[in-house]
Amino acid sequence: MAQKEFAGHMVDVNEEGYFTNPQQWNKEIAAAIAKEEGLELSDKHYAIIEFLRNRFISGEALSIRSINKSGIVDVKEFYALFPGAPLKKSTKIAGIPKPSSCI
Amino acid sequence: MKNILILGAGTAGTLIANKLRKRLSKREWSITIVDENKEHYYQPGFLFIPFGIYNQNDVIKPKAKFIPKGVDFIYSQIDKILPQENKVLIAEGKRELKYDFLIIATGTRIAPEETPGLLGELWHKDIFDFYTVEGAVALAERLKSFNGGKLVVNITELPFKCPVAPLEFIFLADTYFKKRGIRDQVELTLVTPLPGAFTKPIATKMLSGLMEEKNIKIIPDFNIAEVDNQAKKILDYEEKAVEFDILVTIPTNKGADMIERSSMGDDLNFVPTDKHTLQAVGHKNIFVLGDAANLPTSKAGSVAHFAADFLEENLMSAIKGEPLKAKFDGHANCYIVTSYSKGTLIDFNYETEPLPGRYPYWIGPFGLLKDTRLNYFGKLFFKWMYWNLLLRGHHLPVTSHMSMCCKERPE
Repeated sequence: MAQKEFAGHMVDVNEEGYFTNPQQWNKEIAAAIAKEEGLELSDKHYAIIEFLRNRFISGEALSIRSINKSGIVDVKEFYALFPGAPLKKSTKIAGIPKPSSCI
Repeated sequence: MKNILILGAGTAGTLIANKLRKRLSKREWSITIVDENKEHYYQPGFLFIPFGIYNQNDVIKPKAKFIPKGVDFIYSQIDKILPQENKVLIAEGKRELKYDFLIIATGTRIAPEETPGLLGELWHKDIFDFYTVEGAVALAERLKSFNGGKLVVNITELPFKCPVAPLEFIFLADTYFKKRGIRDQVELTLVTPLPGAFTKPIATKMLSGLMEEKNIKIIPDFNIAEVDNQAKKILDYEEKAVEFDILVTIPTNKGADMIERSSMGDDLNFVPTDKHTLQAVGHKNIFVLGDAANLPTSKAGSVAHFAADFLEENLMSAIKGEPLKAKFDGHANCYIVTSYSKGTLIDFNYETEPLPGRYPYWIGPFGLLKDTRLNYFGKLFFKWMYWNLLLRGHHLPVTSHMSMCCKERPE
């Protein structure tokens, strides 16, 4: 486990850069992480992030399917907002663990 | 007389019916089990059908053979559960069954209709599943006339039952083509939404190593959006494309449609279940066993087998009106065949990823995360254990909870 600085705050992260303590997150930190990932966050981005954080807190699984049913964006928009590997990117920015498929 | 009603007579339903009939007094408790199919499938055997190692007869037996005396077996479609009224409608709603306690064991099915283009003109011609007998048998035929090209194995989304099966399939395919002397003419690729061959780091390292040795490509982080039957390509949501000559798909897995009709499931029709007590969330007299539950562990027969002990204890407590004390730890184990003669074994639970070591005792005999001949034998011998011991609710000589005995954490 390591510490990293975002927007003047020190946060605990794992070796892949994901938050180990989701409570340490706030919107400024999100923007700073997003910048590192080459993204600027819009209201839509924040809406998705809030959705993901709420789902994580309630213990529900995070998946492409749940995004599609979120009512906020559909999957294509999700990919457009967080290009590449959207679940990995968005969860990093949202300050929650990478979706671990409990397979 | 009070009644326990079990929905589904697959692995989970059958084994719990056997356990409960032994445990509960026949004078006080009737036990009823409902299923619309008369045939019991040994699903771990489907994997071997495309390669001619097993045929249909090896994997099908009548369900009735495994339901004990003293359990009423009703062959019927299940329409829906009415949990507020403690009853279930069957036979398209024409008949009703009351219960004191209900156990949902209706499993998981493949739902290829969820992916546009999957059930198109190439279905069971160049696109196959091996999660049904029909799919596996059709694939066996097709492989016979396949002399080279791109064979792609694609996992649609999580969760799906038997998470190691796609890996086993592709390992067996590697051996199959080597035996036919055409391995160099075949390109084998695993296309997966996962970030690697598996989910947990230690097992992923071992399995990725084997894939590399066998020249099997992995395309990770691929979420399939649709199949282009004309161009023979699968496409993800960013229109990244992978071409195939034969596509072996692990389609979306969903729980029984009956769960949706009962409004008791999540978006994939799995029943929200307490991961330790196995009670259906919000329903004191309903328990869930097997793939029908939304537990954060594998959907696998071994999980149903281990969970059953905990469910049985908790059901006894619920019957007496006492708090539920037994806590299931998510224990699962799976053999993973890696060729026609070797295999590996993983053993894990909610908290602990698959670790190397020996199972089930210090003397083994099975090596965890080791590629051995004995593990392959273990997988094949398991068929006998399944039909003769596990389904009949007998105890296998291993702990129901995952044991840390005999495991090592690598440096």
